[in-house]
Amino acid sequence: MVTGVGTVCGFGRGIDLLWEGLCAGKSCVGPIRAFDASGFESSQGVETPNDLDVRQIVPKHYRKATKVMARDIVLAVSAADSAVRSAGLSTRGTVETEGSQVTIAPSRMGCHIGAGLVACEVNELTAALTTSATADGSFDFKAWGSIGMQNLTPLWLLKYLPNMLACHVTIIHDCQGPSNTITCAEASSGLSMGESMRAIERGHADACLAGGAESKINMLGLIRQQFAGRLAAIATTDDGPRAVKPFDEQATGSVLGEGGGLLVLEGVDTATQRGATIRARLVGYSAGQCACADTLGLDLSEAAEDVAAVMQASLEDAHLDASQIDAIVPLGMGMRATDRAESEAIRAVFGSRAASIPLVTMVPSIGVCGAGAGALQAAVAVKCLEMQMIPARINASSTPGLCAQACESQRATLNHVMVVTPGLGGQVVSLIFGRAS
Amino acid sequence: MSAPRIVVTGIGWVTPLGTGIDEVWNQLLASASGMAPITRFDASTFPTTFAAEVRNYNVDHFVANPSAHANAGLNSAYALGAAVQAWRCAGFDKSPPRNMRRVGLYLGAGEGVLDSAHFFETNISSWDTSSQRCDGRRWIQAALQKLSAKCEVEQEPNMPLAHIAHELGIKGPSSNCLTACAASTQALGEAFSILRRGDTDVMMAGGTHTMIHPLGVTGFNRLTALSTFKGDPTKASRPFSIDRDGFVMGEGSGMIVLETLDHALARGANILGEVVGYGSSADAFRITDIQPDGRGAAAAMTQALSQAEIDPHALRGDGRAPIDYISAHGTGTKENDSIETTAVKRVFGEQAPRIPMSSIKGMMGHLIAAAGAVEFITCILAIRDGMLPPTINYDRPDPELDLDYVPNVARKTPVDVCLSNSFGFGGQNDTVIVRRFEK
Repeated sequence: MVTGVGTVCGFGRGIDLLWEGLCAGKSCVGPIRAFDASGFESSQGVETPNDLDVRQIVPKHYRKATKVMARDIVLAVSAADSAVRSAGLSTRGTVETEGSQVTIAPSRMGCHIGAGLVACEVNELTAALTTSATADGSFDFKAWGSIGMQNLTPLWLLKYLPNMLACHVTIIHDCQGPSNTITCAEASSGLSMGESMRAIERGHADACLAGGAESKINMLGLIRQQFAGRLAAIATTDDGPRAVKPFDEQATGSVLGEGGGLLVLEGVDTATQRGATIRARLVGYSAGQCACADTLGLDLSEAAEDVAAVMQASLEDAHLDASQIDAIVPLGMGMRATDRAESEAIRAVFGSRAASIPLVTMVPSIGVCGAGAGALQAAVAVKCLEMQMIPARINASSTPGLCAQACESQRATLNHVMVVTPGLGGQVVSLIFGRAS
Repeated sequence: MSAPRIVVTGIGWVTPLGTGIDEVWNQLLASASGMAPITRFDASTFPTTFAAEVRNYNVDHFVANPSAHANAGLNSAYALGAAVQAWRCAGFDKSPPRNMRRVGLYLGAGEGVLDSAHFFETNISSWDTSSQRCDGRRWIQAALQKLSAKCEVEQEPNMPLAHIAHELGIKGPSSNCLTACAASTQALGEAFSILRRGDTDVMMAGGTHTMIHPLGVTGFNRLTALSTFKGDPTKASRPFSIDRDGFVMGEGSGMIVLETLDHALARGANILGEVVGYGSSADAFRITDIQPDGRGAAAAMTQALSQAEIDPHALRGDGRAPIDYISAHGTGTKENDSIETTAVKRVFGEQAPRIPMSSIKGMMGHLIAAAGAVEFITCILAIRDGMLPPTINYDRPDPELDLDYVPNVARKTPVDVCLSNSFGFGGQNDTVIVRRFEK
């Protein structure tokens, strides 16, 4: 059962802001402010509004620890707070402000968080590195080893280990049960949710925080995606909100964002006993590896058959057939090869219905949030089921054979929504969410 | 329907002590050490100047088409060598699994190696002293000249998955977890869970990692986690000794082929052991310290024992202790070795002193994310040969740590059941139990 949803993205913190923004057809894409990105292939991206004062949402005794939180960790901690509160759970992280006992025994509370390659903060690092630079600009390892490294704070490494997202979240909310950090780029969140689902299913946890978060809005994040050929060419600053065109014949690439989300997944017994509001049900999960032309898993253009196999396996896991899926939330990042893998897979699995099943495309509005991408897709799928509505789509105009062209938000009867995420590296994951009742 | 039994049918590794299964195992049983001065970069003035590096390794000797992997980073290169060995050991090179969608991958691979000198120079050349920031325009100009696309993308932790899947044609569920030093034990446990659920027939599981690079050594030196021993590097890693002063970095990869028993029997595979228990927990305590009572570590061990249906307090029918060997996390830091000892006592009570527990990290160093997979393989070999690898450099016992650490020399003893522990920075605890296979 999905009993809580917490998200952080360009629209701000909380699923309602994301939902309203998507329904209104807004885009958060704009010039990157965190640094001067004008020399990169794309200087546009999506940043979360500067209101994530993480000190205010962690318990007072934990405020000191916020000093060692990289941006990715801040996103995860924010999403976790939002998710736990939306589920009406009391944890060690919320009792301080709500004055009640914890709802679920800590040893029965799990946490699976997808994370990216947490980029080190270049200004912090370079301030220390310059102490060991030679006159010609090269780096003096001897000077660094003897004195230079002492300019880095002793806990420096702990800011950047990918499992520090889960580490902080498990400490704050006292989750002592099964916990993991999955690092499979965009597929990370979905794989994490699948692992939570299985941990609950086999009785190792009563509830789990599941999802992922990442910020790609930093120089290393941006150049790596540029090197991977994933950024859209954007002609002028004004074009940002119109730049990403998922599944469109004219698609030119994607934009990066920062964000993520966590769901509270809970066993049916635990949720029922405590009278939790069921937002949706997670009913199917499957994962696989795409065959890629390259050994880096960048080129998914020939991967449609593998993506389709994973979608089909998730249907079997949910004991559903394709005719029972009412909407799909694909990654839809606006990069032709990846879009093609998704669109051909949708055609293979859904046949003649492919052209009429509404797709929900979010990347034009919030960018690709790396390991957080799948969690945002899943959170929106849950919201679609709750609201019985498909949010607006923007930018795409010609998407032959798919229901993906721009349109207003619309009411719909939705019983099952599929979430598909093929990521850089070739891992692909498919989840199926069902309506609560 | 009861869950299928899960067996081990292939093992392979790339380590500081070599790459052949028996080549490395014989060195471990001979108390050899892989520690030496760091050659990868000039570490001569670092607080720690030594590590256990993989030497004379060439991935081209293992893969079918070396040019496809020409740009593999070290993590991917080590992973390929270990995975191909495990695949061959399982007999899949001659007779591959029929349905590759029923073959999955689960790795605990670390983040790739930074292109350190080029990255540092890029940063320095763009440094604006007045604003104390890197100038974005100057940074990207320098980066495009100095950094390489393949090297940057290779740093993504899921790249070893992509390389192995490409090499072996694996199409089933594929995940990489990165829970610091616990990662590959966790990967084994999760692969085991996927098989038990019936989602796949075969899983390649393990880990690969190197942090022997400037910021890796810097990061751990700043945390004061590494040994700064001033004498012979082979004496630096001293797990469970009173004068232990930190771990020594190793690097490499360990890969294991796990398979459902039915699948293994149907193809007449050589079965090396049976995985019978997995436990996983989070300390949820502090970002820097381990929970001092060993609560999390004990929870992981207890869960794994419970799944294996082993009573940690009961003797077996023949009077032996409940298990024969613990492959300790045993990093050689003050905190780990002390709390791991506490946790083992907490779980096994009066039986604890009767169970031999050693750490091979004294010989091989700490392979970080890959450590658990390599240590699991030593458990398989311990069962095969009835030999336990020693904890070396155990010259000055710590009176507070009073278990049987298999000091200094390997031991011949019957071995049927082994428990392997891995604990990670950030409070992740994982335990896997493997047993001699009996029909």
